[in-house]
Amino acid sequence: MAVIIEKKTKIIIQGFTGKMGTFHADEMIKYGSNVVGGVTPGKGGQKHLDRPVFNTVKDAVKHTGATASILFVPPAFAADSAMEAADAGIKTCVAIVDGIPSHDMIRIKRYMRRYSKEYKMTLVGPNCAGIISPGKSMLGIMPGHIYKEGRVGIISRSGTLGYEAAQQMKNLNIGVSTSVGIGGDPINGSSFRDIIEKFETDDETDAILMIGEIGGPQEVAAAEFVKANMKKPVIGYIAGLTAPKGRVMGHAGAIVSAYGESAIEKVEILKECGVVISKNPSVMGDTVKSVLEKI
Amino acid sequence: MDIHEYQAKQILASFGVSIPRGGIVYSPETAENKAREIGGLKWVVKAQIHSGARGKAGGIIVCKSPLEVAQATDKLLGKKLVTNQTGPGGKIVNRIYIEEATDIDKELYLGLVFDRSSESIMVVASTEGGMSVEEISKEKPETIIRSKIEVAVGIQSFQARELAFGLGIDPELITRASDTIIGCAKAFSELDATMVEVNPLVISKQKQILALDCKMSFDNNAMFRRNKVSELRDKTQEDDKEVYASDRGLNYVSLDGNIGNIINGAGLAMASMDMIKLAGGEPANFLDVGGGATPEKIVKAFKLITMDEKVRVILVNIFAGINRCDWVAEGIVQALEKIEIKVPLVIRLAGTNVEKGNKILRDSKIKYIEANTLEDAANKAVKALSK
Repeated sequence: MAVIIEKKTKIIIQGFTGKMGTFHADEMIKYGSNVVGGVTPGKGGQKHLDRPVFNTVKDAVKHTGATASILFVPPAFAADSAMEAADAGIKTCVAIVDGIPSHDMIRIKRYMRRYSKEYKMTLVGPNCAGIISPGKSMLGIMPGHIYKEGRVGIISRSGTLGYEAAQQMKNLNIGVSTSVGIGGDPINGSSFRDIIEKFETDDETDAILMIGEIGGPQEVAAAEFVKANMKKPVIGYIAGLTAPKGRVMGHAGAIVSAYGESAIEKVEILKECGVVISKNPSVMGDTVKSVLEKI
Repeated sequence: MDIHEYQAKQILASFGVSIPRGGIVYSPETAENKAREIGGLKWVVKAQIHSGARGKAGGIIVCKSPLEVAQATDKLLGKKLVTNQTGPGGKIVNRIYIEEATDIDKELYLGLVFDRSSESIMVVASTEGGMSVEEISKEKPETIIRSKIEVAVGIQSFQARELAFGLGIDPELITRASDTIIGCAKAFSELDATMVEVNPLVISKQKQILALDCKMSFDNNAMFRRNKVSELRDKTQEDDKEVYASDRGLNYVSLDGNIGNIINGAGLAMASMDMIKLAGGEPANFLDVGGGATPEKIVKAFKLITMDEKVRVILVNIFAGINRCDWVAEGIVQALEKIEIKVPLVIRLAGTNVEKGNKILRDSKIKYIEANTLEDAANKAVKALSK
């Protein structure tokens, strides 16, 4: 089985009947994702895209058996929706939305601590492209056709840079087991380390490409985990070599504020931990290829 | 979003933090009166710009009479102050804060930030106030004490007490010091701040605990629910082009190079800048038009880039996903019908329907250099510089 989602995973859309929710639900259905319904408070009982609409996530889970959800609600309401999903027993929740206040993200993560590990939801995002297991299921907003089925896992903060990598790999005939966008915010649901740990035990993944950027401690934390615990090879690229210190580069989390957060420092630490570095973003595919040839 | 020192002080004062008496003025004429109104024998005239290290740049002047206050105000108003944080262009002084001088006994450091490792709010304090926190952690790391705030319940009195005792504050002043720390923490939590820094926090010879200089930054993503805070924004302290961009939903950072670039997605934008550098060029900006790269955003992006006189070449790099390349190409063609580009233009499209997109560009009247890969685009942009 693939990490996080499988072909049969039952998915609901939170913010189902809105413009974004409708558009991307349709794309996911076309890709073959098992979308079983959605939630829009006040529109329960209606049908949308031939699927039932519910007032609450609890209702949706009760009637459809959904275990995954994807959020297309405005930033002001996103924290509430994520906590509703966690409380309703959703196992995997992807927050696409860009613009959730950091204080709200801390609150969500604090709230989720009330559930024991067994019942705790995996939150991915916010400000991310979502998850895709090519040929199986898409729980995200990426263009599905650029991902070839295969055995390399991708974890990326950035959406379009992750697409760039998938495309480079496809051009070299290398496929992807699962690609996870963890998002560009300073505080996110799942870190590089959280996802890389899942890939290590995934029997459908042989190697992992980690696409990081300036700012925050997560790339380094993942690299330390790689050094201590991983047998599978990890390839890394860090964007933002030319980014000035102290400035936010588009992503709210892409800001160098402490030692170890610049691209050069991260690359050095990753190398020391045994991560194979893609020396520039144009050779991410080639670097993966050369690593796969050595396995 | 950053605010001025006097605004941060007023906010902290409303949370129970003591500040020296002071007032804001916009002209030398009112400065003299303001000094009399504040009273005392000594005043500090402080240029209000969004930057620290103002003292070294001549932005803080101690005065011994209301007349001197007026003269100092006259000297600073309208001036561009260059500090080690403003960049070579400096920042304009439009507001002056006049404050009674404080008899300082001890200078302390107090800061609150988001700690991304523990995903909580971290209070950082030190006995070495007056230095920057970077200097303190380099030169006197042993003086730094920290305390993590549990966001669900907020800061507790014992935490504030521990910090205050840790700073070696006299027992008689512990309650005042604790209240100051709690006030800062409440302001941080209740106003969606991302940083509160009181440096120095001073103990005066009269045994008062006063916030002598303050900085506050706020989460832009939370401004929808912080009307009062968002009204404190001062656009004169920001780069003109960055203000133009942020008002139009573009993520833009002005840089020093001469290759302007228009890219969709923050990560891809940083990666493209890196490729420009590796190819031997320097980016003039960071510009993310958003993952979707809508025609409206592309028009705005071209307008913005052409405002920058440094730009000698423009590089467009769009990875189209669900927004197909043919649609993006049509957007570029429409944009360039409205805006004249006088410098070489390199365009790289990738992703969905790339062949269709490139055909639309080739069949149009646009003069441009076509590129295929990230590397190809960067190399062609650098090469075009010499033309």
